[in-house]
Amino acid sequence: MKGDRKYIFTFLLPAAVFMSVFLYYPFFKSVYLSFFRTTGFFDKKFIGWDNYKRLFTDELLGAATLHTLEIMLYVIVFQVGIALLLAVLVDNISKFKGFYRTVFFFPVVISGTAISLLFVLVYNYNFGLLNNLLAGFGIEKILWLDESNALRAVAIPTVWHYVGFYFVLFLTAMSKIPSDYYEAAKLEGITGVKKTFLLTIPLIMSDIKVVITLAITGTLKVFEFIWVITKGQNGTEVLGTYMYKKAMVDQNFGYGSAIAIYMVVFGVILALVANRLLKRDEITY
Amino acid sequence: MEPTKVVAHKTLRVKSGRFSLGTTLMHVVLIAWALTTIYPLFWIVNNSFKMSRDVMNDSFAFAWSPVLTNYMNAFDRMNIGMSYVNSLIMSFSTVFLVLLFGGLAAYVLSRFQFRGKRTIYSILYATLLIPAFATVVPVYELLIHTKLVNTYLGLILPQTAGNLTFATLIIAGYMATIPKELEEASFIDGCNRWQMFTKVFLPISQPVFASASIFVFLWSYNDLFSALIFVNKENVRPIVALLNEISSQYGTDFGLMATAVSLTVIPVLLVYLFISKYIEKGLTEGAIKG
Repeated sequence: MKGDRKYIFTFLLPAAVFMSVFLYYPFFKSVYLSFFRTTGFFDKKFIGWDNYKRLFTDELLGAATLHTLEIMLYVIVFQVGIALLLAVLVDNISKFKGFYRTVFFFPVVISGTAISLLFVLVYNYNFGLLNNLLAGFGIEKILWLDESNALRAVAIPTVWHYVGFYFVLFLTAMSKIPSDYYEAAKLEGITGVKKTFLLTIPLIMSDIKVVITLAITGTLKVFEFIWVITKGQNGTEVLGTYMYKKAMVDQNFGYGSAIAIYMVVFGVILALVANRLLKRDEITY
Repeated sequence: MEPTKVVAHKTLRVKSGRFSLGTTLMHVVLIAWALTTIYPLFWIVNNSFKMSRDVMNDSFAFAWSPVLTNYMNAFDRMNIGMSYVNSLIMSFSTVFLVLLFGGLAAYVLSRFQFRGKRTIYSILYATLLIPAFATVVPVYELLIHTKLVNTYLGLILPQTAGNLTFATLIIAGYMATIPKELEEASFIDGCNRWQMFTKVFLPISQPVFASASIFVFLWSYNDLFSALIFVNKENVRPIVALLNEISSQYGTDFGLMATAVSLTVIPVLLVYLFISKYIEKGLTEGAIKG
């Protein structure tokens, strides 16, 4: 159309400005800062790769990486797994679909901070929901947030929070499968569990791939659950909380930035690996 | 025709008989999960109407004689009303800016042909991989220099930038599915590109704008990390930052904590119940796979 160039430019400009100033410039500035030793904002000294060398000898960072990976494992197995199971079940029933959809999505709309606070009350030693329950059965109270349990204890709300989100994505993908596929399968005598594994899951494989990638990159951003429930103590430090402590609490911007860049690289590698492992042809109906 | 019909009917009957046990089992599993999403909410709201002492004694008991002490404390001592206002101002502004600028960008990306479009898409997808952690220090520095730390804009501007990518991509996905005839018809009617956007694309894309706004709102309202860093002073603090404060300062006042959680969660949940139908619609119709 005539005069389009003007509109292309004007319509893209605001978004481009926002993203340049608050995403791209800060991102490259972070890369730049990661080569400096800093004291506050004003005193910085170029130290080359030293921050990155420090990353590899930093045992706390290694531990945080392992904890993040462990939570990621729980997220992929349980969060995606439960979401898929629930979606298959809801797809197979005819009544109350809307009810389940609505209710399963509840945790997604609640802030992670509120959920964390809720779980602080659930896990509390003296009067928490869980220990109250145990006391009711006459079982001795358990320290839910000590070294041996804490990481799994914070993984539970993390997993629970987003099951509903992936559930909705899966359910929608399933609803897009044309019904003649199922009718043909029925003629072949493929029903029930067999139908799920031979037909439904292979057909939504590309969505499963997207969800797993989202789950992986999402887990790298986990912050509030750990920050509110344990502050990263008792073996629950993850990359997000560790970066926050280094950069914002200790005000060590140089090293904090190096950790952030490490997180980005780590996320990109994991996402690429996951995509490679789950490589499938795109299905269009 | 008659005999076949009977046979079909019969197999159907047998089917439903055989499957009813399976269906029951399925509902048992689904209800079990539904309980995990409903009961904790009930538990927390129920406990918010009890004195801390009673929460500690028996947190499962129903609050037959509800007390409002915790709610009064939350508003008087914690000033939760102010945090509410802060949260709403910042989150609604963010949603507005993201939808406006994201919508315009999405319109161009989905309906215009020009060189460099593929590059822009690639950049947008790559942008999804930049977490807030990797931008927070320079943004903080920038906000300090421009004296925007601890002002509403100090949270609105970075959050707008952070949510633009997602919004632009899903809105563009939706707009790409709108038939070209509509565009041509409006052109013949004498619309310029801006009028086409406001009179044709905006109204038709309502579902995707609705769901994008819900998600942007949630992500903004619930974003503790940015709030802790950019707006952590009492007068501008949003509700999540206040919750974090309550958990570290009043960690033993169970009634107050339950109330704070209830006050944060319930309004969002009520709004969600009214608009839940849009969420799935808009989120999925414009393929997020891109």
